Amino acid sequence: MRLRFIFGEVWNGLRRNSTMALSVILVTFVSLTFVGSAALIQVQLGQLQDDWYGKVEVSIFLCPENARTEQCAAGPVTTVQEDSIKEVLDNGAVGDLVQSVYYESREEAYEKFIAQDSDGVFSSLTADQMQPIFRVKLADPEQFQVVADATAGLPGVETVQDQREIFSDLFRFMDAATLVTAGLAIVMLVAAILLITTTVRLSALSRRKETNIMRMVGSSRSLIQLPFMLEGAVAATAGAVLAVVTLWFGVRYLVEDWLKQSVDWVQYVGGDDVLNVAPWLLVIAIGLAAVASFITLGKYTRA
Amino acid sequence: MPVARVLPLAPGNMIRLDNVSKVYTRGARPALDGVDVEIERGDFVFLVGSSGSGKSTFLKLVLREERPTSGNVYVAGRHLNKLSSWRVPHLRREIGAVFQDFRLLPNKTVFQNVAFALQVIGKNRATINSSVPEMLELVGLAGKEKRLPHELSGGEQQRVAIARAFVNHPPILLCDEPTGNLDPGTSVGIMRLLDRINRTGTTVLMATHDDEIVDQMRKRVIELKGGHVVRDQDRGVYGLERA
Repeated sequence: MRLRFIFGEVWNGLRRNSTMALSVILVTFVSLTFVGSAALIQVQLGQLQDDWYGKVEVSIFLCPENARTEQCAAGPVTTVQEDSIKEVLDNGAVGDLVQSVYYESREEAYEKFIAQDSDGVFSSLTADQMQPIFRVKLADPEQFQVVADATAGLPGVETVQDQREIFSDLFRFMDAATLVTAGLAIVMLVAAILLITTTVRLSALSRRKETNIMRMVGSSRSLIQLPFMLEGAVAATAGAVLAVVTLWFGVRYLVEDWLKQSVDWVQYVGGDDVLNVAPWLLVIAIGLAAVASFITLGKYTRA
Repeated sequence: MPVARVLPLAPGNMIRLDNVSKVYTRGARPALDGVDVEIERGDFVFLVGSSGSGKSTFLKLVLREERPTSGNVYVAGRHLNKLSSWRVPHLRREIGAVFQDFRLLPNKTVFQNVAFALQVIGKNRATINSSVPEMLELVGLAGKEKRLPHELSGGEQQRVAIARAFVNHPPILLCDEPTGNLDPGTSVGIMRLLDRINRTGTTVLMATHDDEIVDQMRKRVIELKGGHVVRDQDRGVYGLERA
């Protein structure tokens, strides 16, 4: 009987305040779409980082002939020096951080270089002018600095370069984009809370006669407040469902159908990622409604 | 879990105000000032006095809508000063309340208005379907179950309000000017109904300005003036000068 009563009251409330309920649905929808987008951008960033960082290497450039840098003042790298650098990478303090080490000789470096020089601009170069390189793959790419510190000062090492630096600007841009989206999401969430608060308050005011009678005849406070809470929760959940559907279609048609066709060398977020984000959006929606109800109802339906 | 307090007073007391004062705004004149009243189970009591004498405050204290500034209030075996707010609904299930303005839900039928009081305290449908017609029969509204409040006369609307207040058979019925909006003839009918309810053993406490009714009924009269009890008289009449 109580359940029937509660759901009847929820339905009546939504019907009576249909325009306000619709605005709650819309503002929750927009704000949660922003929240979901921010989350998906973060997932995308994580995927890109995993993907790209997994491919990039730390390159330890060894001293070439006639190097003018201070580190190579003693002349080109010797075999003994190369062995000791290799020893540090294989068995030294950073040995655990290194997944594999590949030694790129002068000749290999030269061949690679020439292969990329299709215009023949550097055709006068010889292999002797190239410098040998240790290509190091790290078990955890984030540990670059530790490996760099351990090798940078070793005799025979000219410079240590992390290829991640190439991507850092791109990642910084995407991080900034996430921040902007998250900022907008927060503003929209605040708007959603205020709007749900107003809706719940209007609903409580419009049914003050009922709630007064309920108080008078000894209805519990929870039964008086529950229909209003559920009204807010139903509207917010509807907004969250709309947001999930929009994100799903966005990923399906914008990312999978369009972006993937034009830029195919990147691993993109998919429908599965949207479904992973969806429960959180629902939790946020219900949380929003709960916070808004808590702020409002104590005052308007007191015992 | 706190245990419901049993009245530290003689059995049979339904309402007791023990040296109760109520001040709404600090520095203002008290709405009630050192009031001592005991109302027995099954009593019919008129609470009389001019506007601002403290009648409404008295009723609000009994309903635990207000708390006393000092003194103790006991109702239906409960010490209201110590009653936690989550226990207040249980107290109110033992008090039926009737008001001058009826307070019916305009979009619900007579049956639904009375049933509402049972629905919201979790009674099942079978109980509602048996109790509501019985109550409508008692208040003389059998056959008018499907009417909406605006299709009823003032007297009939007040009968619906009484049915709603009494459908759960509370031991106490509080009436705040129940005949205030009714003509004298209709008021007599309402008073007969309240009297009938009182005879079932229900304690009736009625605040009123209606001197004719008080004079006719010859019940106990408690008169308030400036927040003080100035008269507490069995088989009393409305004004002091007529006592």
